[in-house]
This record gives sequence, C-alpha cells and structure tokens, in this order.
Amino acid sequence: MTNSKYILGIFDDPDVMNSGIDMVNNAGIKIHDVYTPFPIHGLENKLVIPRSRLPIVGFCFGLLGFCTAIALITYTMGIDWPMDIGGKPYLPFPNYVPVTFELTVLFAALGMAATFFWVNRMAPGISPIIMDPRSTDDKFVVALAINQTKSEEELNQILRNAGAIEIKVKEV
Amino acid sequence: MSSHESLLREPLITGKHITYNKITEDVLKPVENAPSKEWWMGFSVALLALGIWMISSYNTFWNGLGTWGLNKTVGWAWDITNFVWWVGIGHAGTLISAILLLFRQNWRNSINRSAEAMTIFAVLCAASFIFEHMGRPWLAYWALPLPNNFGPLWVNFNSPLVWDVFAISTYFTVSLVFWYIGLIPDIATIRDRANGMRKKVYGILSFGWTGSSRQWLRFESISLILAGLSTPLVLSVHTIVSMDFATSVVPGWHTTIFPPYFVAGAIFSGFAMVQTLLIITRAVLKLEEYITIQHIDLMNRIIILTGSIVGVAYGTEFFIAWYSGVEYEQYAFINRATGPYWWAYWSMITCNVISPQLFWFKKIRTSVVATWIISIFINIGMWFERFVIIVTSLHRDYLPSSWAMYYPRWTEVGIFVGSLGIFFVLFLLFIRVLPSIAMAEVKLLLKSSSEIAKDKLRAEHAHDHSPAQETVAGKVIIATTVIHNKKDKND
Repeated sequence: MTNSKYILGIFDDPDVMNSGIDMVNNAGIKIHDVYTPFPIHGLENKLVIPRSRLPIVGFCFGLLGFCTAIALITYTMGIDWPMDIGGKPYLPFPNYVPVTFELTVLFAALGMAATFFWVNRMAPGISPIIMDPRSTDDKFVVALAINQTKSEEELNQILRNAGAIEIKVKEV
Repeated sequence: MSSHESLLREPLITGKHITYNKITEDVLKPVENAPSKEWWMGFSVALLALGIWMISSYNTFWNGLGTWGLNKTVGWAWDITNFVWWVGIGHAGTLISAILLLFRQNWRNSINRSAEAMTIFAVLCAASFIFEHMGRPWLAYWALPLPNNFGPLWVNFNSPLVWDVFAISTYFTVSLVFWYIGLIPDIATIRDRANGMRKKVYGILSFGWTGSSRQWLRFESISLILAGLSTPLVLSVHTIVSMDFATSVVPGWHTTIFPPYFVAGAIFSGFAMVQTLLIITRAVLKLEEYITIQHIDLMNRIIILTGSIVGVAYGTEFFIAWYSGVEYEQYAFINRATGPYWWAYWSMITCNVISPQLFWFKKIRTSVVATWIISIFINIGMWFERFVIIVTSLHRDYLPSSWAMYYPRWTEVGIFVGSLGIFFVLFLLFIRVLPSIAMAEVKLLLKSSSEIAKDKLRAEHAHDHSPAQETVAGKVIIATTVIHNKKDKND
C-alpha cells in the first residue's frame, strides 16, 4: 500500500452518496473503500464485502470458555481435592452452571473483541491513513484507487456526476 | 437510508437546525471547551466525598471491621446493602445498551453511552464494597481458584459467593469492552478535530479507527453479538447476587422469588439513577435536543413496569411467608413491617411501590422536575429495600437469645457517602473528556427519526393534494396523512 494514489469523492449526504456509489459501480470502477461518520446500511452489498465472520469467532471462543470452565471445575472439585459435603455428589453440575456460563460469556466477549481489533488492524498507538479528517464528522468519503484503466480526469468527472461536492487526490 | 419512520412516532432528535456537524459540535462542546462553573461545583463536592471515602476506608483497613457497627448477629449490613444497591444501579446501563439494542429501540441511541458509563462506575463502586467488607482486602485473591499453600484446596464452586466473584468480574469486563468499542468511533471524531497533544492522546485512545466500510461492518457485527451476550449476562449477575441470599437458610432470604425480584428491582433502581443523572446532564451540557422529554417519558414507563413488578414481589413474599406455614418465615415478615426497623420497611414501600405509580399521570411522567424528584425517592427506596432484606432478616432469626440491633457507625456512613464521591468523580470526568452521547449512533437517526426529517416528510405529504391512496416510493401513506390532519386539528 505504499505510494498509492487515491482520488476521493467527498459527499455531504448519505443518500446522495449511496446513489453515487451505484453510478460509480455502473461505470465499472472499483471502489477502494468508503469512509463514513456512521455505519451506512446496505453499503456492504454495493461494495461486495462479505459478511463479517465475527459471530463465528465469538462462538468458538465461547465454546473454549465453556470447556475451560468445565475442565477447571471438574479438575478442582472432582479430581484434585474432592470434598464430601453431606454425602452429596462430588460433581453436582447444576451448581456449576453459573460459573460455566460466566466464563463462556467472558471468553466469547474478550476473544471476539481481540479478533475485532486484530482484523481491523486496530491497537493503541497505530496511526491510521486518514483520507479526510471530516469523514468522522459529517462527510462521506468514497476513495477510488488511481492506477486503474480510467484516467484521473475521467474518475474526477464520474465522481462529480455522482454528486460529490468536493474531489481531491490523496497520496499515501 | 431512505427508510422513513412513521409520523406517529415522536421525533427522537428535536430542534430545527440539526445537521451532522451540529451533532458533533453540540456533543463535543463539553469535551473541547473548558468546563463550566456547574461542572467545577459538582466536581468539588464529589472530590470532597471522595476524601471522606479515603478517610473511612483508611479507618476500616487500618483498624479492621471492628470500626463498623456489625456484631455477631448482624454480620452483613451497610456493606452488602451498598454493594447490591450499586450493582443494581449498573443494570439499567446494560439494559439500555444491550437489551434495547436487540429490540431495535432507537431511542436508546442518545442515552446508551452515559448509561453504560454509569454501569461501569456503579459496578466499580459495588466492587469496592466487596473489598471493604473482606476486612483483609490484601487476601482478596483467596476468592480466585488458586491452590492455596496448605495443599491443593480450591475455592468451592458450589458457593454463590464464588459465583459472584465470576459474575461481577465478567460483568465489569464485558461492560467495559462493550462500552469502549462503542466509544472508539467517537474518540476518532475528537482526534480528527484536535491538534497537538490532544490529537496524540485521542489518537492513541482511538486505536487507529478510520471509519472505513469494513470497520463499520465489523463494528456493527460485534456490537450486536456483545449485546446478545450482555443480555443474559446482566440477568445472570443479579440472579447470582440474589442467590447470595436465597441459597442460605435465613428466614426472609430463603425464597425462590429472589432472582426475578432482584433483577426487576435492579432495572428499576438503575433507570431511576439514569434519570437522576441525565436530567442534570442534559441541562448542564445543553443536550435537550438529543435527550428529549420523550426519552424521559419512555424511561418512566420502564420505571412503572419494573416498579410494579417490585411491588407485586413484596406482596408475594408476604403472602408466601404466611402461606408456607413456617413460623420463622412468618415472623421475619411481621418483624419487617412492625418490628424495630418498621421505618425502613415503610420508607421502602413508600418510595418503591407508591411513588413510581405517580408516573401513570402523563403530566408527571413528562415533567422534568417531578421525574427527578421521584427518581431520587426511588434511589432511596431501593437502598432501603436491600437494607430491609439484609438487616431485618439477620437481626432476629432462629435463636431469640442472639437477637440484636444494628446501628451504623460513622465509618460505614462515610464509606457509603464516599462511594457516591467515587461515582460522581468518575462520571464528571467522563462527561468532561469523552462524548457523553454516542454521536455516530445519533447521526444514524438524523434522516429517519429527527424532527426536521419528520417536518420534511409532513411537508411532502402536504403537497400531495389527493388525500388517500397515494403511494410514495411504494409505501401507502394513508395512515400518516390521517394522523397529519388530526394533528392539524389539535394545533
């Protein structure tokens, strides 16, 4: 990603941007990415982004938490130091539901959060490529990579027609 | 984006000149400017209370639990009362941020951030009482499943107190993660508007958020799953807290009604605390256009519901005590209402059962002042509820020769007042350095649920002269037109 050039179409309305993206798509131009101040629903279909697999990750970590809890409790209460409490069973599993549940949730949440940061390349201290600082406030930025079949002027024209209020070139 | 909401629904953002940028400006005003005089006044009082906490905690830790008014009959009193009170308060934040998200209640968008901050700070305060009541807090790690020095003896996973350790720590951790991930896009907004040192600090805190479509997609995905996880979690936490009592054999505690009753009470007290905080916050930070009367009204409806559940639970408890035929149980309840702590019991009934019923009147429900006053009553009532459950059950149980009275000493009162100090110091710092409203989520509503969007929609309809059966973008608008006409008549 070093030294790539992007042409940015800056929109000030999500509806205009949405129809603008359709126009860019129809012109057969690949959109690098879209930067918005809030989630725009339906954008994933236009940009052909596959569904996030975070829920699956969450499930796997939850399962790990569940197994950890069962293993911990079975080992401590049933194998390592079984306690005779009024002649009751050593491993009354209904009693272990709360801790098992909590660890399942804890592992699922933390594992999913860590994965979220990992796949988004997010961590404290990372300095991201910010296409336009207004994209976290009130502007909607559509970024097109310039090294495409179309020339810079053509891309410029397409973005203008799509309703961009401002066009700029960004080198990163 | 072009999904318009019915005109029947009240707008969630009022004000005639709201734009995306104005939302940013309004919400970030307290963050980007020097704090107001009101903020400093509040902060000074909170710091004073924090000082009281330090002195009282010092006294507790240095001299031991003997500085409290506990005796061999009443071994739990203000400490656990405060613990349960604070945990309960925390629950409303999770309800707003998680359960209402699952139910797609968009009105949560402008209150979830501060409500969840409230959750985190309240759970911190609750946890502080766990450490306080241990007497020897440096041995707190004994509650964790570590093999001890005298052989591989572990914690007892059959004990609700161990469940509590897991529940509270999981609840705190998951709430913190959920809250922080939600904050990241808004922190990035502050970063992109700031310069110099501020930019650096908020840059680190923003984790390198860019707002790209993939990030948003994953953000929404994780928010929904975390909400799904937090929902049973929050219910489990107060269920487990109630089991600290319900699995014992103390009359007045040993009841199966406790889990649902405690959860309802928790949500009830939590919403009261949200009202107490937000009514002040919206006025001081001038956020009335985002936290509207409708928000207050809707929260009051939840207060009526949960308050009524609590009222029914009090009645059921009393009935079952009689119906069980167990003399000890019967005495515990008669003693609550007519014994030496009758005033605590009747304070509880007045504050929790009677005062929220006033919200059936729309005038009261939509009045800021009345809501605030009643919310204070509920906060007090819910504190008394826990006091009544804990102290009246303990002070007279099976053995009359061991009956005793409990009176708090200044150290306990100081720790409680001080915990309010911890809470408000944290909350005031929060509204000072972080956006108290989830900007991204509120911006999401601007096109569908704001007053300007609705006015625009109304104006569009007014232009269509043919009254009925007109369709706009495939949607029948008969209903909205009728409502519009009705509204005109009302005007």
